[in-house]
Amino acid sequence: MREITGRQAVNEALREEMERDENVFLIGEDIGIYGGAFGVTNGLLDKFGEKRVRDTPISEAGIAGAAVGASLMGMRPVAEMMFMDFITIASDQIINQGAKIHYMFGGQMNAPFVLRMPAGAAAAGAQHTQSLEALLYHIPGLKVVMPSTPYDLKGLLKTSIRDDNPVMFIEHKKGYGEKGEVPEEEYTIPFGQADIKREGEDLTIIATSHMVFKALKAAEELAKQGIDAEVLDPRTLVPLDMESIVKSVSKTGRAVVVHEAHRRGGIGGDIVARIVDSEAFYYLETPIKRITGPNTPVPFSPVLESEFIPSEEKIIKGVLDILD
Amino acid sequence: MELSEEKLLKMYQDMIEIREFERKVDYFISHGDITGTTHLYIGEEAIAVGAINAAEEKDYISSTHRGHGHSIAKGVNIKEMMAELFGKTTGSCKGKGGSLHIVDSDTNNLGANGIVGGGIPIAVGAALAAKMQENGEVILCFFSDGAMNQGAFHEAVNMASVWDLPVVFICENNQYGMSTSVEKAFNIQDLSARAKAYNIPGVKIDGNKIMEVYEVVQEAVERARQDGGPSLIVAETYRWKGHSKSDAKVYRTKEEEKAWKERDPIAQFEEELKAQGILDEQKIEDIREEIDEKVEAAVKFAQESPFPDKEDIYDDVYVDGEVEL
Ligand SMILES: Cc1ncc(C[n+]2csc(CCOP(=O)(O)OP(=O)(O)O)c2C)c(N)n1
Ligand SMILES: [Mg+2]
Repeated sequence: MREITGRQAVNEALREEMERDENVFLIGEDIGIYGGAFGVTNGLLDKFGEKRVRDTPISEAGIAGAAVGASLMGMRPVAEMMFMDFITIASDQIINQGAKIHYMFGGQMNAPFVLRMPAGAAAAGAQHTQSLEALLYHIPGLKVVMPSTPYDLKGLLKTSIRDDNPVMFIEHKKGYGEKGEVPEEEYTIPFGQADIKREGEDLTIIATSHMVFKALKAAEELAKQGIDAEVLDPRTLVPLDMESIVKSVSKTGRAVVVHEAHRRGGIGGDIVARIVDSEAFYYLETPIKRITGPNTPVPFSPVLESEFIPSEEKIIKGVLDILD
Repeated sequence: MELSEEKLLKMYQDMIEIREFERKVDYFISHGDITGTTHLYIGEEAIAVGAINAAEEKDYISSTHRGHGHSIAKGVNIKEMMAELFGKTTGSCKGKGGSLHIVDSDTNNLGANGIVGGGIPIAVGAALAAKMQENGEVILCFFSDGAMNQGAFHEAVNMASVWDLPVVFICENNQYGMSTSVEKAFNIQDLSARAKAYNIPGVKIDGNKIMEVYEVVQEAVERARQDGGPSLIVAETYRWKGHSKSDAKVYRTKEEEKAWKERDPIAQFEEELKAQGILDEQKIEDIREEIDEKVEAAVKFAQESPFPDKEDIYDDVYVDGEVEL
């Protein structure tokens, strides 16, 4: 099968959905002639024109609000936050408005917009590197999608655009360059279906976003030591496929959760709680371990940043710790 | 405007220092020694230098993602700034900040900002404190055109106006926010017209003419110091380089770039100073040599400094040093 990058996968999903439905349009900063800060929307202005690929002033609250408002009127906006960190500026429109419209209006209206945003540490300092998915995960009314591979990025973005709710679509900057198999034919991936990226018997590593790649590498290393790890990628955080998680953990009896975001209040804590709440609890043979970014802002210096990001080595160490 | 020869020469030197510093940074970005995102101030030197020299040392500045020039004009130790860009532990922020977060409390520099518009409300807060403390300090708040379309700009300028705060809003209108031209992002040509909405003085000036910047900012600073409230100054200029290193500049023309480079703020000031007999070729050469050495020393310091220790990641999260693992 052909291989494409994460960047191309997102671009193809946008292109195909814009071709399929004329109500789909893009709105964001420098997404037109510049092609987006990470080149994700390259070529879309040429193909669809300024009406449907709308460069905005630097106004994140306005961008998110325009997506909410247009979505109420039958459009299918896909808005881009140039960096996920900037959802803090757009947060009223996302959290107080978009997320709540369907519920607080008693179902009279819905807001089917997608907000795309690159997260993750990539040499840009404290205000351009955050993984803030837990903020969004906390808010009822938002769906939160956080794919890893090009295949998942494409299939899930298409599903996001077709979904009738506000969808927060979190990309990882380092995922843009990752290559993976993506079929030529059209496909979508349903929400709430975790993907087992590697089958194993001894423990379950639950990893999100770019950590999936690290977890897979760690699993290969562990295999050399005779440890057979299963790697599970939830792919969507809301809805979260607890059924697959419970099944896997019940099988292996051990779990490690890996995410790049800060440890405190991270989604890892909630996943652990939900495992403990479930029948998987009775199968647990060891404590569940979280391997996460520390409770510090993301530092700039390359040395410090690589200390921040959970590494293969840290994942391996975490696994060996619970197996001891 | 009568300025001492000494002051004029200092301003000229500051401009050269900014340009040479930025050229070095550009070089080390392309060689991979400086990682991450960096925004160069080349072409805009007259604004930082003119404005900051028009205020007093005790006055404060707030800066932007394109902030090296502001920091140099305010007197930052360029060894520490260069070391910060290299991610070294001797850097202004111990390597934790990087280019987007240069700060220098010793020179009353409230810091660069990675968030477009993020510094404007902070400058207004600092001005509120100055007013409450009755210390006669004024805050120079730098930003570029792009920031004027953030809600934060409107909220902060309005607040400064209703409370008559001692802050001077200085827009470096370099015609673009990344690829988005002022023409596309605004429905007005003269951005200083926005001042009317807040009932504060607003003026558009040639930001490549340092003496014009100096005079207009000085007047605004004095007004602010006398409790006359804020002003908005929009200084027209151009960034010579791409927005950041990945910028292919497809959104602007070579002709436009050339036309602006012909209006080089440094060359213009140099001509003026030569005409006044303050500068001659020999003097220019001496100054350039001196600055080259200073910038080289900064590079050497940055290169020879150690990286932080991994464990340093946990320092400074809280003032009292505590961090929960
Ligand atoms: C809130 C926010 N939105 C977007 C960005 C990404 N970004 C960084 S600089 C920039 C352009 C800024 O334009 P302007 O304010 O005119 O400053 P200039 O780069 O021209 O100095 C953008 C869009 C950001 N850093 N912060
Ligand atoms: Mg600008």
